[in-house]
Amino acid sequence: MLELMQQIVNGLSLGAIYALIALGYTMIYGIIKLINFAHGDVMMVGAYIGFFSVSLLGTNIMVAMIFAMIACALLGVIIEKVAYKPLRRATRIAALITAIGVSLFLEYTTIFLLTPQQRIFPQGAFPVHDYNFLGLSVSNKDIFIFISAIVLMIILQFIVKNTKTGKAMRAVSEDKDAAVLMGINVDNTISMTFALGSALAAAAGVMIGVYYNTINPLMGILPGLKAFVAAVLGGIGIIPGAMVGGFILGILETLVSGYGNSLYRDAVAFGVLILILLIKPTGIFGKNTGEKV
Amino acid sequence: MLKVNEIDVYYGAIHALKKLSFEVEQGSIVTLIGANGAGKTTTLKTISGLLRPRSGSIIYKGTDITRIAPAKIVEMGISQVPEGRRVFAAMTVLENLEMGAYLRKDKKEIARDLDEVFDRFPRLKERRKQLAGTLSGGEQQMLAIGRALMARPSLLLMDEPSMGLAPLLVKEIFEIIKDINSKGTTILLVEQNAHMALSIADKAYVIETGEIVLQGQAGELMKSEEVKKAYLGG
Ligand SMILES: Nc1ncnc2c1ncn2[C@@H]1O[C@H](COP(=O)(O)OP(=O)(O)OP(=O)(O)O)[C@@H](O)[C@H]1O
Ligand SMILES: [Mg+2]
Repeated sequence: MLELMQQIVNGLSLGAIYALIALGYTMIYGIIKLINFAHGDVMMVGAYIGFFSVSLLGTNIMVAMIFAMIACALLGVIIEKVAYKPLRRATRIAALITAIGVSLFLEYTTIFLLTPQQRIFPQGAFPVHDYNFLGLSVSNKDIFIFISAIVLMIILQFIVKNTKTGKAMRAVSEDKDAAVLMGINVDNTISMTFALGSALAAAAGVMIGVYYNTINPLMGILPGLKAFVAAVLGGIGIIPGAMVGGFILGILETLVSGYGNSLYRDAVAFGVLILILLIKPTGIFGKNTGEKV
Repeated sequence: MLKVNEIDVYYGAIHALKKLSFEVEQGSIVTLIGANGAGKTTTLKTISGLLRPRSGSIIYKGTDITRIAPAKIVEMGISQVPEGRRVFAAMTVLENLEMGAYLRKDKKEIARDLDEVFDRFPRLKERRKQLAGTLSGGEQQMLAIGRALMARPSLLLMDEPSMGLAPLLVKEIFEIIKDINSKGTTILLVEQNAHMALSIADKAYVIETGEIVLQGQAGELMKSEEVKKAYLGG
């Protein structure tokens, strides 16, 4: 029992990371119905910015995270304007292929500029301690990741629920023409969604740097795919769904590597994807209204 | 107040509006009646700036708004109650109304208009925290009207507000339209329910396949044989 609790606790920080990435997927899907396959790579760029902020500028990890979030918010807005906006009236498949193109562009530009070599996150940035609570061991790394992710999710939830921009985002996600009739600027609202989603991905990137200690230009691929699964699991386009989906996936993954075989931990995500598509394609929080997926 | 001059609107190769012209006088209720596919919704979408005419112009209060952004048009005082209500189903009644006032910054006046909408539609007040998607059809129509009023329009465009409503509710909605007009808002009303529309309108236009085929005082059109045959079931 204690062992199970320990695994779940271990899974929470990974789950929080997946949840943050999944939020961006789901928000962007919600507003322009595009699976932004470059999202995981935006996270990777965030990890690098965080890395350089710590190693070159000598900032602490919080400041590094804020730098990464600001830079990636900008990157997200630029990606949308340059790559996706011209295709807003094009077929979905054209936009999807473009997203894959953007993904490859980010990966290989990073390889070109920074070499494919992995880099070690400076240890000094985050001295690790373990704490013991009621027989459970928790590292300050996990606590840091979990708490910052929760804080970011609360801020996001506040923005989406209570601010004018957040309400405009929901209105545009639901009905663009009706939103235009309210005087909402759809382009700005879409930009804002990319900015928010990409900033969350950047925070997740820095967290992954802290979690695994290493970063590399292709590090965005697998977590990106898993977060996509998490978004589908929760119901794509639904914000609380992405959070819940992320945590479920993170915990499942740690349980599988803890009890079964860590070789299978990546397969779990895709097994979950297949299951959810078979059983309830609209996801846990999705209504069965046909259109959604 | 509004002058539509020979506008041509296309959907790809489909010529939806053909040199369409009409006028709306300040303070009046003008109705545009016509059968399915005549081009009524297209006309309202073009006025709101959702569609662009290939030629022709739309003049509002002396300003050419033909190529102005939709948000600017709302700001200038034209709002629309779109066909099929188009309320934001996953947002609350209150949030829907707030969206109507999206461009306004005068918080105090917004609060006053909100009270006014709630006075006019007490059922919306009771359900202010409820999601709009859970409202009945009639309540959604009221919400769509309230939402448009929150922009404090000088000109209100209404696209088939009676669609899909029970006869009693249709009557109620038309009473409301008359009342909104009596408080100073000019109304351009698109309808298939020609009888009701003509009974409250000052002036009327009949549209068929993208062209105005008849126009006149609403009372006269009501008596016209052509209109009776085609639209009043007589
Ligand atoms: N998005 C579109 N693409 C192509 N054709 C369209 C589109 N929307 C409308 N049309 C066509 O334009 C014409 C006018 O349509 P419109 O919706 O304006 O008619 P309407 O008078 O509002 O009809 P209804 O009473 O059924 O609402 C129709 O022939 C319609 O098929
Ligand atoms: Mg119509």
